[in-house]
Amino acid sequence: MAEHLARISPVTDLGMIALRGDLAAIADAAGMAAPDRTGIATDGPRSLAWMSPDEALLILPAPQTPEAVEALTLALDGQHALVADVSDARAVFDVIGPGAADVIAKLAPVDAAAMPQGHLRRTRMAQVATAIWRIEGGFRVIGFRSTGDYLGLILRNAAIAGSGLAPR
Amino acid sequence: MLILTCPHCGIQAEETELHNGGEAHLKRVGPDGSDEEFEGYMFARRNPRGVHLERWRHAYGCGKWFIAARCTVTLQVFGTYAAQTTTPPDHIVQAVRAARPDWNPTEEGASE
Repeated sequence: MAEHLARISPVTDLGMIALRGDLAAIADAAGMAAPDRTGIATDGPRSLAWMSPDEALLILPAPQTPEAVEALTLALDGQHALVADVSDARAVFDVIGPGAADVIAKLAPVDAAAMPQGHLRRTRMAQVATAIWRIEGGFRVIGFRSTGDYLGLILRNAAIAGSGLAPR
Repeated sequence: MLILTCPHCGIQAEETELHNGGEAHLKRVGPDGSDEEFEGYMFARRNPRGVHLERWRHAYGCGKWFIAARCTVTLQVFGTYAAQTTTPPDHIVQAVRAARPDWNPTEEGASE
């Protein structure tokens, strides 16, 4: 039996905070470097991702989330900004393995193999909205919790052994 | 396959990641307008064979609206620009004129 293209594993210990407003002020409040356009800046266990010209996503270990929400709300007090804990609204999968780029390329209109480190690509996978970025050994995919079952299913299906994209 | 570059995030988004919003640069008819004018604003849309300015939303990406100038016949894309404009910017007009020298942006929206 051939190897699967990649191992698909759900990630459940991540907290996520949606931040809207002025990105420089948000990065300042989070105490992190502002991510470049479509970038994701990682600092230790935390990552700050560029989601749109006025939206960022702070990804951090789940236990730190309530405290971070409080700190950010306080730091952005008086400014036109939004801090929302969206951890429970998200489904996260790690796609790890030598064929991880093939798995992504089958589902999203993205050149996964050429995707640089530190770039977050918001796109769709089959029928659902996702965001994808590179991690050690593969990719991390986040989608909405409401489509989490579907996302897991299509990812596992795309990783079936012997279904690589390279000509045999 | 239509590929447009979102001016807000720079992503080269493919057609399925985008949502079409129809004709761009419509001028809303206010309370002083006649019923005919409002009907025109509400329903009448240009459907040109050639250069078209149309609204697109980067629905599966940054979620922002932008405007694309493209040819409906050849699918040539002349450029994209932010939706917060009432007329196409100069560089777009120049890009279109490079390929269609007789194109006139001021006639865009005028009845034919």
